[in-house]
Amino acid sequence: MSDASIPEGLKYTKDHEWAKIEGGEIVVGITRFAVEQLGDITLVNFDAKEGADIDEGKALGSIESVKSVSDIFAPAAGKLTKINRDVEQKPELVNEDPYGKGWLARIAVSDAKSLDALLDAAAYAEHVKSSS
Amino acid sequence: MNPLSTPDSPNSSATKVRRTSLYEEHVKHGGRMVPFAGWEMPVQYTGIVDEHHAVRTACGLFDVSHMGELEMRGEYAAQVVNYLVTNDVGQLAVGQALYTAACNAGGTILDDLIVYRAGEDRYLTVCNASNREKMVGVFRSAAEHHCDFEDRSDATALIALQGPKAFEVLARAGSDAATLSQLKSFHFRDAVVANVACTVARTGYTGEDGVEIFCAWNEAPALWRNLVELGSPLGLKPVGLGARDTLRLEARLSLYGNDIDETTNPLEAGLGWVVKLGKGDFVGRETLEKVKAEPLARKLVGFEVTGRGVARHGYPLRDLEGNEVGICTSGSPGPTVGKNIGLGYLPANLTAIGTKFLVDCRGRNIEASVVKTPFYKANKGAVTT
Repeated sequence: MSDASIPEGLKYTKDHEWAKIEGGEIVVGITRFAVEQLGDITLVNFDAKEGADIDEGKALGSIESVKSVSDIFAPAAGKLTKINRDVEQKPELVNEDPYGKGWLARIAVSDAKSLDALLDAAAYAEHVKSSS
Repeated sequence: MNPLSTPDSPNSSATKVRRTSLYEEHVKHGGRMVPFAGWEMPVQYTGIVDEHHAVRTACGLFDVSHMGELEMRGEYAAQVVNYLVTNDVGQLAVGQALYTAACNAGGTILDDLIVYRAGEDRYLTVCNASNREKMVGVFRSAAEHHCDFEDRSDATALIALQGPKAFEVLARAGSDAATLSQLKSFHFRDAVVANVACTVARTGYTGEDGVEIFCAWNEAPALWRNLVELGSPLGLKPVGLGARDTLRLEARLSLYGNDIDETTNPLEAGLGWVVKLGKGDFVGRETLEKVKAEPLARKLVGFEVTGRGVARHGYPLRDLEGNEVGICTSGSPGPTVGKNIGLGYLPANLTAIGTKFLVDCRGRNIEASVVKTPFYKANKGAVTT
């Protein structure tokens, strides 16, 4: 696992989500490492609805790969402003472009300070190393 | 995300994790090694779907050396084995094999097995890795005072070569191997494959034509490397446990520990065809006769998830009113059939083809429908006789 696949400038969770801060919102997806662990992704389901208030660590939905099912956790509390409907139709986008077209949701964060607790790229790389 | 929570594998907490003689080959091919039934085995190399398609369209190579090989020898070996299993071993010619269940006195399944008649008085039984200790115990105590028993598992490697190109690969593996296409289904013989002395059986666990190859534990790496080299130009790929599972599911082959176990009997599991009640006494016969005399309360059926969801082992099955009525025993996307498929036990009144019911996918009730199985049937080449 090379660090090159962990982009700088994003925040990360220990559950292998990434969060990109854009103003008061974060864009959320899952990391390349997560994608590699999951393998072929066949289905993305969102349980939470756009406009819903969500708690940190709450499951927004789930990702099915051939082998297993995994929850998508919210990296921070806030309002779910947008769901990427493209990945519902084309789940392979998550495999192909996890940091781009395979993004999952946008959250208007209720407390910007809560993002400080997330990992930076270096800390996440360390976490991946210790869990692989 | 919790991608590191790999799906449950039997005995994954086993203290002593073992490696087959092919471990280095798996690592070399980029295999992701996971604990399985006390062994460190590759779950995938290039990806489950990629490997699955390779087996359906070309061929795949599987290390199944973790499985157990139990040998019975002697004048009464046939009778002893026949007493332990539900199918009729007495019908086997030398060089012939059969699929069977072994039950306990309560008629539920101890293991599913292939029994090979290796000689006049010699029977080799291949059991699941997760059941090896249990079956060694059963065989050893049954053999006592009647025949010789030997657990040959540690000395025996097993490699499966499966797929429509399997015999083309063998045709390149020497003059003896080249004639293996003449083997009939569920027959076997000794053969030299790529300069390695082997026993080759026309059996498998993928729904494709192909063979399973036994050889000495230490010779497996050479055999594996040779087959990879000979087969790669034909599209051969090493295949891990992940695709092994999707392949066998599409072919509706039972997985012990999922679809069958000591709480299920062979009749409700759809394995009535391996229960020969008329062959003479065997362990579980009395109970199975009673089971057969009554209508089955539940049956293992194949289903297709028609809503947006993937059924998984252990998910509850519900009727359309939402009442829990059964359980999913296996489920995943079926890469060749292109649908989310599964197996599960349902009450007999819900097992007709086309019956709609619900799969409780972690709190979401998703619609599913009973379908005919196998989900996938290969167009196997005619067997030369």
